[in-house]
Amino acid sequence: MPLFTPGADPGSSFPELLKRIGLTTTPEVGATLGAEVTVPHATTCVALRFADGVVMAGDRRATSGNLISHRGMEKVVQADLHSGVAIAGAAGPAMEMIKLFQLQLEHYEKVEGMSLSLEGKANQLSMMVRSNLPAAMQGMVVVPIFAGYDLLRSTGRLYTYDVTGGRYEEHDFVATGSGMLHAGTVVKIGWRENMSRTEAVSLACRGLWEAADADSATGGPDVLRGIYPIVATITVDGWAKLDDAELATVFGEIASEVRAR
Amino acid sequence: MSMPFYVAPEQVMKDRADYARKGIARGRAMVAVRYADGIALVAENPSNTLRKISEIYDRIAFAGVGKYNEFDQLRVAGVRAADLKGYQYSRDDVDARSLANQYAQILGQIFTHEMKPMEVEILVAEVGAEPDGDQLFHILYDGTVMDERRWSVLGGDAEAIIARMEETYSDDQTLEAAVKEAAAALAGPDRTLVADDLEVAALSRRNGRRCFRRLPDDVVAAAMAV
Repeated sequence: MPLFTPGADPGSSFPELLKRIGLTTTPEVGATLGAEVTVPHATTCVALRFADGVVMAGDRRATSGNLISHRGMEKVVQADLHSGVAIAGAAGPAMEMIKLFQLQLEHYEKVEGMSLSLEGKANQLSMMVRSNLPAAMQGMVVVPIFAGYDLLRSTGRLYTYDVTGGRYEEHDFVATGSGMLHAGTVVKIGWRENMSRTEAVSLACRGLWEAADADSATGGPDVLRGIYPIVATITVDGWAKLDDAELATVFGEIASEVRAR
Repeated sequence: MSMPFYVAPEQVMKDRADYARKGIARGRAMVAVRYADGIALVAENPSNTLRKISEIYDRIAFAGVGKYNEFDQLRVAGVRAADLKGYQYSRDDVDARSLANQYAQILGQIFTHEMKPMEVEILVAEVGAEPDGDQLFHILYDGTVMDERRWSVLGGDAEAIIARMEETYSDDQTLEAAVKEAAAALAGPDRTLVADDLEVAALSRRNGRRCFRRLPDDVVAAAMAV
């Protein structure tokens, strides 16, 4: 059981605790990845603000070069009760980052007896992205979106990051990954202030649909295997993931709309 | 050179134990009791911010009585140990028994080697997937571990509280009944405790991944009014 003297105490930070006991998480800077080594990459995610909070959505495909390496990857995950992360980039480091981030939020909450503020969570993630910079220089780029409901300000908020850990707050919507241009444009055109949950979910799904239509690395709804993108809302009541039945209806509507054009 | 006075080891241990016991008896007690869907933890605690009961991990809770800064230090160490183990291995590998053993090691070490023993009694409770898996580990200031079955009483005046629990406890009771019972046992015949005097939490089997939840004062008041 780790016990520290008051001066050496890592406080409520889990990454700091790992460092103190010698389990460092920053990847070793070693040989650079050769061009022939391809690791799975996660692709398109969007998030947008609506009347009650935020909607996050991400496709399920992971690709290694021109191959589909995974059809059911979950890139949009719950971070804690009132926030979620969506990740595009090298799947391995991204999953590790999500795991550590979730753990850090819970660790803080347990040690301190209360949750971090939304901004505090966004800053935590910023530090984790920055610590991945050496790996990013070797091609293992991880660029997350962070979204959540700010209980202090009673509004949904969105954050996007760059490779160096730069944190940018977006007001209305944000997209990341290989299909970000297409998905982002669809959401940009369709976005209105104070959208309802149904409208916001449908717009996010439409963004992913168009990205999948034009970007080979983005997966669309896979009716054959019953794999749908992950879509979740975060409101004052917390994180709620949409079930496949609801998504099947949403994508069914989009499909018939496209067919009728 | 002056010779230190010889003190028999028995006497040293007895003095330390008396010292710790006195410190613990000065504080207020707490009770953990099983109910059908989990474990209720009820502490007499007038403070709304300095907690005696808290979450350690998905299915594990911690409670301490005695000196606040000492058991809080142990609580944080427990959270760290549990989170580290879950991170290195898997969430399923974190268990109350191993935490209780680590706590016992620390308390035992401090009791025999330090000038002053810790004036604390702690509880590590784990709720199982089925009622048979519920565990209550009660650890004393000297590192003694007790594996308890139906309830645990920590703190001063424990015998009287246990006697009252014997009279009222029943298997498969509801959370409300368990809270009411524990509050009555803590209060005794001459006092009544209201929701504001209590800190109440539950480890509930039906609460998803994180089983721990605090019960707000209005819920506690409603349970005691039944």
